[in-house]
Amino acid sequence: MEEMSELIAKNSLFAGLPDSTIQLAVGCAQNVTFEPGARILVEGEPADTLYLLRRGRVALQVQRPSGKPLIIETIGPNSVLGWSWLVPPYRWQFDGVAIDPVGAIAIDGTCLRAKADADAVFGYELLRRISGVLLSRLQSTRVRLLDLYGHSLDD
Amino acid sequence: MTETEHVSPGPFVPSRYRVVDRKTENSDITTLWLEPVDRPIAPFKAGQFNMLTAFGVGEVAISISSAPGAPGAIEHTVRDVGAVSHALASSQIGDVVGLRGPFGTDWGLESLTGCNVVVVVGGIGLAPLRGAMRYLAENPAPDRKVVLRVGARLPDQIVFPEEMERWREMGVDVEVTVDVADAAWTGHVGVVTQILTELPFDGAGAVALVCGPEIMMRFSARSLIDLGVSPENIRVSLERNMQCGIALCGHCQLGPFLLCRDGPVVPYAPLAAELITEIER
Repeated sequence: MEEMSELIAKNSLFAGLPDSTIQLAVGCAQNVTFEPGARILVEGEPADTLYLLRRGRVALQVQRPSGKPLIIETIGPNSVLGWSWLVPPYRWQFDGVAIDPVGAIAIDGTCLRAKADADAVFGYELLRRISGVLLSRLQSTRVRLLDLYGHSLDD
Repeated sequence: MTETEHVSPGPFVPSRYRVVDRKTENSDITTLWLEPVDRPIAPFKAGQFNMLTAFGVGEVAISISSAPGAPGAIEHTVRDVGAVSHALASSQIGDVVGLRGPFGTDWGLESLTGCNVVVVVGGIGLAPLRGAMRYLAENPAPDRKVVLRVGARLPDQIVFPEEMERWREMGVDVEVTVDVADAAWTGHVGVVTQILTELPFDGAGAVALVCGPEIMMRFSARSLIDLGVSPENIRVSLERNMQCGIALCGHCQLGPFLLCRDGPVVPYAPLAAELITEIER
């Protein structure tokens, strides 16, 4: 069985970091699994966890007045789920629902923030990497705003 | 000249084709099956287009969506966005339309032996690549993997979903993403570049065929290059206002290209990359 440190080091957010840095995250981490349909994140609820997805996909969705949720993004294996633990007011902005059987490493957000506060080098590196993922997500969202497929090809 | 001597009708005279079948793909996209009434057009290659006439309305360029050499009627998939395409999309079985062609360059299927292939399409962009996809799926090669990545705005705007499922069963690595969906959709949600972050093979040496709106092709080409695909190995399908089909009228000019003759399929690098970037600035 793989050690927690090895599992964390496999995720793109922590890949390449020295073991001493990975160990900081290990102290806040645990393995979790979710069945399809499980609500991993609940809109409006306290956000206290960073999930490193190992397998399965999670749909980020928002509840519509009609009652049918709208999926706005799918997060897949080796991706990171959940940012709202990082900044106040620490509440989830969207629902996160498991599409498949999901395996993930759940890292306690309060614990991770405390370690980042206590170790500026770790905190900077963590935020630098998180910024990279957030930038990628922001750019994808901007591209989607362009209505990429809305143009005619034939007329 | 005697009365029995054959007289070429010339390049601007369409052949008459009858609609022998039709399928509504979604709210604004229809596929027509056409058979010649009298004078069939020449054999075509995957990626080429025909000029279709709705008599009394006008003529428009439509990509051929059936596989080259396949028996039976020739297929065209029409998006209903203007007067001519509306008239064509509204055609019923038994109606007669005009057809000139085939015109333009093709995907170069004969060059796709011994290399992996990535096909990236957005919106109705699968129509011009459908013939190529059928060929690739139905003619598997041990040294060739085929990946298909499809993007659409909504699940009900995905064209040829049943055919994609067949290609998947035939060994093609198919993934579809939509911009937004309800909970009934179990596929990926996000832009097409988000399902272009990895390939099941080394991108170097692979050939990419890309078709969709130009802005989508630009972003997709960047993702492919990030995956190691050589820009010279990326082929894109560009379309403009095709009118004559034989590089005379100039309506389809894009930089040095007259796309009805030099396109629609052109290499992404170096020229097409600059052209579609400049235009959209």
